[in-house]
Order: sequence, then C-alpha cells, then structure tokens
Amino acid sequence: MATTIPARDAATPPPGPPKPVSTERLAWRSRLWRFDDKASPYAYIAPFFLVFAAFGLFPLIYTGWIALHRVEMTGLDQMEWVGWENFGKILHDSEFWTAVSNTFLIGVISTVPQLLVALGLAHLLNYKLRASTFFRTLILTPYATSVASAALVFALVFRADGGLLNWLLHFIGLGHTNWTNGHWTSKIAISVIVIWRWTGYNTLIYLAAMQAVPTDLYEAASLDGASRWQQFRKVTIPSLRPTILFTIVISTIGSMQLFGEPLLLEGGTLGQTGGNENQYETLSIYLYNYGWNLGHLGPAAAVAWAMLALLLIIAAINWLFSRFVRKSAA
Amino acid sequence: MRITRTTGGHSRRAAAVATTVLTASALLLTGCSSDSDSSDSAKGSDASGPITLTVADFGQFGYKEAGLFAKYHQLHPDITVKEDVTADEKVYYPKLLQELNSGSGLADVQGIEVGRIKEVVDTKGDQFADLSKVINVDDWVSWKEKQATTSDGAVIGAGTDIGPMSLCYRPDLFKKAGLPTDREAVAQKIAGGWEDYLKLGEQYKAKAPAGTYFMDSASAMYNAVVSSNTEQYYDKDGKPIYKDSPSVKQGWSLAGEAAAKKLTQGLAQFSDPWVAALRKGSVATVACPAWMAGQISTNSGNAYKGKWDITRAPGSTAANWGGSFLSVPKGGKHVKEAGELVKWLTAPEQQAAVFKAIGVFPSNKGAYDLPEVQNAKLPYFNDAPIGKIYADEAKAIPEAVLGQKDGVIKDTISTQINNMEQRGTSPDDAWDAATKTIDKAIG
Repeated sequence: MATTIPARDAATPPPGPPKPVSTERLAWRSRLWRFDDKASPYAYIAPFFLVFAAFGLFPLIYTGWIALHRVEMTGLDQMEWVGWENFGKILHDSEFWTAVSNTFLIGVISTVPQLLVALGLAHLLNYKLRASTFFRTLILTPYATSVASAALVFALVFRADGGLLNWLLHFIGLGHTNWTNGHWTSKIAISVIVIWRWTGYNTLIYLAAMQAVPTDLYEAASLDGASRWQQFRKVTIPSLRPTILFTIVISTIGSMQLFGEPLLLEGGTLGQTGGNENQYETLSIYLYNYGWNLGHLGPAAAVAWAMLALLLIIAAINWLFSRFVRKSAA
Repeated sequence: MRITRTTGGHSRRAAAVATTVLTASALLLTGCSSDSDSSDSAKGSDASGPITLTVADFGQFGYKEAGLFAKYHQLHPDITVKEDVTADEKVYYPKLLQELNSGSGLADVQGIEVGRIKEVVDTKGDQFADLSKVINVDDWVSWKEKQATTSDGAVIGAGTDIGPMSLCYRPDLFKKAGLPTDREAVAQKIAGGWEDYLKLGEQYKAKAPAGTYFMDSASAMYNAVVSSNTEQYYDKDGKPIYKDSPSVKQGWSLAGEAAAKKLTQGLAQFSDPWVAALRKGSVATVACPAWMAGQISTNSGNAYKGKWDITRAPGSTAANWGGSFLSVPKGGKHVKEAGELVKWLTAPEQQAAVFKAIGVFPSNKGAYDLPEVQNAKLPYFNDAPIGKIYADEAKAIPEAVLGQKDGVIKDTISTQINNMEQRGTSPDDAWDAATKTIDKAIG
C-alpha cells in the first residue's frame, strides 16, 4: 500500500503554493475516510450475505418459483406454469395433514421433556462439582454423534424382533410391542432419539445462562431464608426466561425439520413414507417422499413453503405469548 | 481508532475488497465446477494411457463375485474397473436421476432396474449412448432389449439378468407337515395355478411345525402373480390401467386371501425382519425368481444348506420378475471404452459366469446352451437343476408391457399388502390407500 501513496503524490504538480494542494488532498482523504467509515462494515459482513444470498435466499425464492410450476424429477428443464395448483394439491392431501399433526405431536412429546430435563441437569451442573468440566463435556457427547448413527443404534433398540428394549421388557414381564408399527409407540421411539441427542445441547445453553445470573440475587434470597428449590423457582427460572424462550424457538424449528430420525428408524421404503401407514411421517419426510420418491418437485416445493408458513405462524404465536408474559410479569 | 486511521485505512479497505472478491470468486467456482468437469474431458477420444472405468449399480450384480472386473483388467491392462454399489435400488434410482439432471457425478456405466427402464427410455433416453452399434440386439431374449429401446430405435441398455420364476421350498418342513417333498410331486400339486398354491398352504398350515409359516410374504406372491401376465399396470399406449388390470385384481385378491387365512409371516421382503426369518428358517416357501435363490442362500446361511429345494412355479404360464440393464451415459468420460465393457460384461460367457457365481439368470440367449448354464445345479438347494428349470422357462416368457411408474406402483401395492398381513387392514382400506398414493405418483 505504501507504494500507492507516493505515486499519488507524484501525480500532483510538485511546485506551486503548498496550501491549496494540501487542503484539496485533505478533503479527498477525508471523503475517502468517511466513505471507508460508512462502507467498510458492509464489506466486512458482505461475505455472509453473499453466501446467504447464494445458498439461502436464492434457493428460497427458486423453491417458491418451482412451487408454482409442474416440474418432474425426470425432466428438470421442462417447467409448466400451474399457479397455485400444487398448493391446492397438498392441502387436499390427507397425508399432508397426517404429516402436520405427526410433526406437532412428535415436536411436543420430544421438546417438552427434553427442555425440562435440560433445565434440571443445568441446575445440577451449576452446583460446585468435582470434575465439572468432565460432566459438562459428557453431557454434550450425544449431540456430537451424527443423526444417522444415533438413529441406526436406536433402530436396533426398538426393533420388534430381537430388539434390546423388547428383550428388557420381556424380563419384567411386559408383552411384545411392535414399536415402529404403532401410532404412539413409533412417535415415542422417535422422540426418545431426539431427546437423547438434544438434551445436552440445551443443558449447556441453560447452564451458560445460569452462570450469568448475578450471585448477589442468590445471596439475598438465601439471606431471606429461601430454600434451594425456592431459589431455583424464584430466581433462576425468571432470570432464564429469555433463554427458555430462545430454546423453545430453536427446538420448534428443529422439530419442524425432523428428518433423519424417522427416515432411518425403519429405513428403506418404510422410512421414506414414514412407516407403512405414515404413522410417523413428518413434514420433511413427506416433502422428501413427494419430491424424490414420487418424483414431483412442484408439490414438494409447495410443502417447503407451507413449512415456512407454519414456522412463521408459530413465531407469531410465540411473540404474542412472550409479550403477554412480559406484560403480566411487569 | 480514529487516531490510527491514517495509517490503517488503505490496507483495511484493501482487505475488505479482497475478502469480497475472494468470496465472490469462490461462489463462482463452486457454481461452475460441475460444468467444467464434464466439458473439459474429451469424450472417449483419449484412449492412450491407463484409465479407470466406474460402474455404478445396486443390490447384487455379481460381477465382483464372478471375478469379472479383475479378469477385464487382465485382458485390458490399461483399464481398471471400479464398482460403486448402492444396496437399495430405491435409493440408487433417485440419485441417478439427479445426476442425469445435473450432468455430473455419473459413472461410465450405470445399472438400471427393469421397473425403471420405461421411465428412463421415455424421459432420459437422449442422455444415453446408443448401444445398438456395440452389442448385437438379436442375441437377447426377444422382449428384453425391446424394453430398453427408445422410440427412435436407440438401444440404451444391455440386458444383464432376467428373473424366470420358480418356487423355493423346504422339503424338511413339507415332510413334517405331511406334504410331498419331491420336486416333481410338489410341482404337480400346484400345477393348476396360484389357487392351488394357496390350497397347499392350507394343508401345510393344518399340520405346520410350530413357529413356521407357509410363505414369507403375500406381497411376494402378488408380484409373482402379476409378473406372469403380459398386461400389468399400463396398456400398450402407455395409459395406466392398474385399477382395472385383471392381473392386478387377481394378484390382489389372492394376496388378500393369503393374509386372511394367515398363511404368511407377513414380512416386507428384503427388510431386516425378513432376513431374520430366513436365518431362523421359519418360512416354508418363497416365490423364487432366479435372483431370489442367491438372496435365500446368502440370508439363510450354512445352517440350512441342502434343506432348500427348487421346483416349477405354480401354473403353466412362464413369468419374469425383475432383471436389470447396463447403460452408458453420454456424459461419461470414456463412452467408447464403457460401451466395450458393457458388451463384454453382457456376453454369454460372462453372464454364465455370473449365473454360476450368484445364480442370477442370463438374458443373453447365447448363454443358455453353454454347459455352465445347462448343467448348473445349486448345491445349496439340494442340487436343484436350476439351469434346466430356468432356461426352459426363459424361452417361453411373453413380452410384458412396461410403464413409466411400474416400480413405484409395485412398491406401493406391496406395502399395502403388508399392511393387510401385519395389521389386519381391511382389503378395501388398503386398496384405497394404495390407489391414493399411486395416483399421486402418476399424476
């Protein structure tokens, strides 16, 4: 860079009155600086937005475009405008509504216990412990395993014939359950995988938030004679409220995207349709099956947009709810 | 910050610009990489120097088992063949379509299953090399190569195997249930067709050894029944007629009957429980296209060696279930060499070698008279003379009309038949569910 500055100096006429030149130069420089001041931050964050535009925004819009066309897996170059027909198609498909209710049911029975357990674990980890780092790392290990391997291992656990769980149940005298076949049992099986994988992740988020709670609050509380449980309820939980809302939002998005676990629980064709009667078919599986197995990309794209719409609705409800909570707390 | 600005401004701005440019160019690079990949390479022109040919297939084609890739390398020291196997065809096929759409990731040779060939011929035919100039189409059983021929007469696939139908059964279980065990005697019992097969099943069930079932899966029987008809899911004009197709109706009602009489163990074929059932030996009969024998011997294992046998399929009509093709995508790097490889792999001697190795039956007529095929016996199946059983049948198989979505239709109906068997879904509900999914797939 140093080379360019003398070069610019050399371009200006060397002789003559020095003062006007320097003001001109100063003005030019200050304008540059001002531009730098304003523009540089944008340049610094530009890489993210460029990547986002290419891999986030463009696919989003293009998916919307596809959703309005008839496009087959076998002929991507032939697009035929059909307007809202694809949306009508999926909205009139009972399988879509099965998938919606499955997604919500699995979402609830996986998110609620998962967040409660995470809250409890975080509270325990927040005590002064021996080898606390070890336990904190340990609790995150399920999150570090891949969905595929977790789902495959749990598939062995939940297998009807020769599965580990049925084998154990047999010992305590309980009957034979075909876990993947039942409407509730299959959803529970999938929720167990989700809970196993994500509890540690949420625990660490709660733990981080708990450590940010000022200790004088606890000191004051214990001076007032509050028990550990009362401290947890009256100090910890209220301080964690924004964090809890955050984890609820993240978990909702996560359960909306639930894909690997149901796909791999039984695998093969059954996985692609979410069980033989779609008993554990989630929206993502429905989308995948419509696009990749049946080969119709238009309705599949419409499902993607329907999922986005559902998420926005949930976000709106969440926002209203949190506003209500904040108001009633005030 | 304001104080240090004078010295740092330029370099910081430059850094920002550089970052932006780098990111942008990285995006451009990734966006274009697939194009430059396929266009850079001269197609099959550069034959000098060692090359590697890739063969992408699914399930069990048997080339590795028969040692054919190694042999080809010996014959052509410049060419190494690498196989990329996907276990499940239902996973393989969507991947193939995606690769054809994007033009990248294709192997030099791609396998295509018979349930998909019509769709590929109709919609992607122009993306495959015409093999009619490389192979001699008349060498194949008459209907096989027609299936892979486009409307302009290009042949985009060389037939690998076909699936002439037989019946695999367990003489030891038959004996315990008081049924005849001899091949010919069993064939006589079911010579009248699949209704006779169900009657035999009821006889078996009456005295069946505990924990055993007459058949593995009613959907397998359904597929066998439909396969023995020329008209299946589509008519000659390519119109889907599966709802009124006599063969579908017959297969469906027979499957419903088998489910209602509980003659089946109700297992989805090739699923883990199905494999486990074969390993435990709880199944007395399996509808047996030629390639199924390999599946049975692999999954049942040594414990049941010699306890299986093979006889003619019920009824007198010859049937074909399954079979695949090898094709050469035009987008490949070595189209010419790949064509030569396909020609060699599907020649009579090589098909006979694969038959000997894993029992999938040749589609090349020239192989039928070879001693390896004619005299072939399967020790695992009590030395059943499979060469003779299959070769006789193969010559009599009629040409079936194929449709674009045959694969999906077959899979969907099979799933619903499994529902009738496993969960007692009523035939009407099952049929409703099946037609809904199929109409969605076709529409």
